[in-house]
Amino acid sequence: MLPISTTRRGLFAAGAAFGAMVLTEGAPAIILPAQAQGLAPTASMRGGANNYRPDAPVVQRIGNGGFWMSGTVRRAGDGAPLSGIRIQIWAHTTEGYETDPHSHGATLTDSNGVFRLEMPQIIPAFGQAHGHLAYDSDTFKTVFLRPVMQSSRDKSLKADFVLQPV
Amino acid sequence: MTSIRATLIWAVVAGAIVVSLAIAGTSPLLAWRAPIYIVAGFAGVLALALVLLQPLLASGYLPGLAVARGRRVHRWVGAALIAAIVIHVAGLWLTSAPDVIDALLFDSPAPFSAWGVIAMWAAFAAALLAALRRPLDLKPQLWRLSHTGLVTLVVIGGVVHALLIDGTMGSVSKLVLCALVVAASAVALFDRRTWILLTRRKPQDRRL
Repeated sequence: MLPISTTRRGLFAAGAAFGAMVLTEGAPAIILPAQAQGLAPTASMRGGANNYRPDAPVVQRIGNGGFWMSGTVRRAGDGAPLSGIRIQIWAHTTEGYETDPHSHGATLTDSNGVFRLEMPQIIPAFGQAHGHLAYDSDTFKTVFLRPVMQSSRDKSLKADFVLQPV
Repeated sequence: MTSIRATLIWAVVAGAIVVSLAIAGTSPLLAWRAPIYIVAGFAGVLALALVLLQPLLASGYLPGLAVARGRRVHRWVGAALIAAIVIHVAGLWLTSAPDVIDALLFDSPAPFSAWGVIAMWAAFAAALLAALRRPLDLKPQLWRLSHTGLVTLVVIGGVVHALLIDGTMGSVSKLVLCALVVAASAVALFDRRTWILLTRRKPQDRRL
């Protein structure tokens, strides 16, 4: 016997509760077929590739630093952390526009698939304080991210990649 | 009494505009913007301020600018508003073209840009209609309904656009200016009762 009421009122309440759960916590696995085979790849975000410059150099730090961009890189499917992956980062900061070459830099993930790059403070540009990240090497499909900061006073920003082999 | 009222109206309108511009002019964000971006941002603030003047001028609410004179100024302010919008968009384009292209194509990740683009096209259409009203000999009914409808879009789109932006405007002065824009437009809209044209029967339809 299913533990749900089959009266009209009961079904309506169960449906509303399910709908509310989907809205607040995301769809459960049962209605997300893409996740049935494991970790789904990260899709590029709208506007993520804006002012992208190919082949930004790997740097210790962008400019004078003071702000941290970090995240993880994993493989789609099994979720294994990927090391030595080049992630490119740029933003409108206290030291330059997104279009300025010196606002761009890249870093590599460590053995745990974690990357972390110090850069100048991101400030609101075009109405939102946001950063840009790219995975643009050959092994996996290209992904462009554009995370937005909760507050323009934040001192760090996170973005995670799940990459799909080409 | 009347002069106190007149002074008060002008003080509120001019105060809201001057204070908004002054606060935007002292924003710390300006330190990290080049002149073109600064001008583009200011053109946006100015455009919002001009949108506040338009319903007041069209309805003759500003003391000393009764309807006939107010309408003449309304046309010039309308032209200035179009210029401000063009400078705003052009300056942003020069600063970061891909972001503006995304916005114009309604493909921007920023939730406010679509509102701004809608307001922009509505303002262009409202101004074009005003310019073509006499050459095309538009029917007063068509003219009033379409101009009123379009400028309502300008007000809603412009205000939502401004409120959602994290930019140079101070949050309180922005809220006050937007509230005044909505209030002035709403009062003018209800005062002029343009929608009556939608339901009023035409003289030839009346049964004698």
